[in-house]
Amino acid sequence: MPILQLDNLTTNYHTARGWVRAAENVNLELEKGKALGLVGESGCGKTTIALSILKILPAGGRIRGGKILFDGQDLVPLNDKEMRKIRWKGISIVFQGSMNALNPVFKVGGQIVEAIRLHEPDVSKSDAYKRAEALLEMVGVEPSRVNNYPHEFSGGMRQRALIAMALAANPKVLVADEPGTALDVIVQAQVLQLMRSLKEKLGLSMLMISHDLSIVAEVCERIAIMYAGKVVEYGDIDAIFKEPLHPYTQGLLGAFPGITEQRKKLISIPGQPPDLLNPPKGCRFNPRCPYAMDVCKEKDPQLEKVGSGDHYVSCFLY
Amino acid sequence: MTSALSDGPIIEVEGLKKYFPIKRGFFTTVISGESVSVKAVDDISFFIKKGEVLGLVGESGSGKTTTGRLIVRLADPTEGRIRYKGKDISKLSSREMKPLRKEMQIVFQDPFESLDPRMIIKDIVAEPVHIQKVAKTEAEVEERVKQILREVELVPPEEFMYRFPHELSGGQRQRVAIARAFILDPEFIVADEPVSMLDVSIRAEILNLMLSLVQRRGSSFLYITHDLALSRHICDRIAVMYLGKLVELGETDTVIRKPLHPYTQALIAAVPVPDPSSKRIGEVISGEIPSPINPPSGCRFHTRCPYAHTRCAEEDPPLIEVEKDHWVACHLVDIPQNS
Repeated sequence: MPILQLDNLTTNYHTARGWVRAAENVNLELEKGKALGLVGESGCGKTTIALSILKILPAGGRIRGGKILFDGQDLVPLNDKEMRKIRWKGISIVFQGSMNALNPVFKVGGQIVEAIRLHEPDVSKSDAYKRAEALLEMVGVEPSRVNNYPHEFSGGMRQRALIAMALAANPKVLVADEPGTALDVIVQAQVLQLMRSLKEKLGLSMLMISHDLSIVAEVCERIAIMYAGKVVEYGDIDAIFKEPLHPYTQGLLGAFPGITEQRKKLISIPGQPPDLLNPPKGCRFNPRCPYAMDVCKEKDPQLEKVGSGDHYVSCFLY
Repeated sequence: MTSALSDGPIIEVEGLKKYFPIKRGFFTTVISGESVSVKAVDDISFFIKKGEVLGLVGESGSGKTTTGRLIVRLADPTEGRIRYKGKDISKLSSREMKPLRKEMQIVFQDPFESLDPRMIIKDIVAEPVHIQKVAKTEAEVEERVKQILREVELVPPEEFMYRFPHELSGGQRQRVAIARAFILDPEFIVADEPVSMLDVSIRAEILNLMLSLVQRRGSSFLYITHDLALSRHICDRIAVMYLGKLVELGETDTVIRKPLHPYTQALIAAVPVPDPSSKRIGEVISGEIPSPINPPSGCRFHTRCPYAHTRCAEEDPPLIEVEKDHWVACHLVDIPQNS
């Protein structure tokens, strides 16, 4: 049984102009000890899914349908008090923008201790500090830096400290929202390496969100490509990279040239993502799709299995 | 790609330095008796050939943006010379620079901040024409604006000319910034991370557009970026910067396939590969870029270099040509020249 399963999850934002359909009928499964990559451009709904899973949507955001099954338990009907038992211990999150996610007026160690003691009140302060030091050491930060303020940390160290904090209460699932962005390439590679070793060492299940296919390719076994609030392609990462089926996935892969590849003209996807207040009828990619047929403008394609392997695509071409 | 480069370099940079002083308290300055500065660019030399696309690559804090700004004289160099078509422009006043601005333009990173929110697109794009007084009548200005908007594929131009920047998407805004830079048919363009704020699916489109504009005019192009993978696909030559110094410079293929400087090697190894079957990130160098206020002695990379030896901490390696058109600043490749 998957440790985390999204079943037809629909999350919308209420605005004065109507509902923004940020995520619609999303089905995903995260197996225990595996990593699932969620990839798409800004505004495709990938962060909305992360926030829905932890039920920390901003004002106006509402889960309007579907289930979020964590270890078999549906999180959608839970109230805030019940959710608090799930967060950190069950599912925790590493936020986007690591530079700003730490509180600048408290010491890094104190912030980790706060997280530990909030979720395990019977741990003494000194024990919590010992644990904070061990956590920092695990993510590759000198334990003595526990008494430093965030501004004394470099960008990479802050990202590591945030990962340490997310692991404070031994969660089963770690949601990482753009863990590498805003970091320099070399530091980014260091962080990705850390995520991979943590996954193996702690048997963590990971949902990794990124706009960069190549980052996800470094860590994940499975991948889901999102476009305008919908999953368009989903399955085993090798299968999708070898044979991308959805025209959007093909475009995305073309837009990310590898450094080792032969020099070539970059391929791009003309147009821009749609306004989610008023998404196009039928397949949401049809206005930009080079292969769009009449049916694409009328009917909404469903995610269906293709071939014999672990590969699903939502496109009328197949 | 473009090989009809004969008549000398368009830009020559020689021993260029830019130090930004750090403000400290009066007493600290008096007591220590020295002023402290950030050595953003520290003694770099290179040239850009006519019609060439040169990529300037480095991590944040390497001084690449400062270099770009110095070359178009948006910042004043502390020391060194910048020659444009053989003419020394490093000491020119802004008044003397004005006629040259027609020929050299810059496209900034963030299209959300580089366009005046209170001006309509037509005025934004026409501003260089007005400042340089190259059009005689208002009708001529409008014609030029329309033509350049068509060239950057904002069609029909009438539909965009009377809008404000906030009515456009990020990609469209960057097209406006590009139109503004190209309306005077410049011979030299600096683009500072022109696509890093844009969505991935439109990045390639904007880059291809800039390249075709540059090629159509035979302009030279300095492309500043942190993205080695992208620059591999668009640049003729690549220059790699680390902490204010050039560490490697050469033809794109040579630098990517046969990097000689350990930093270039580390940068290339760290670029994630869009291929799940090669989950490698094997050897990643440790640490992060040190502070440019107090850069390491000798070779600035020696604190992170896996091959560092004692000489690296003491002596600053010069940028030398190890093979034709391939320059490296590293003691490891410092083979005695048979002269």
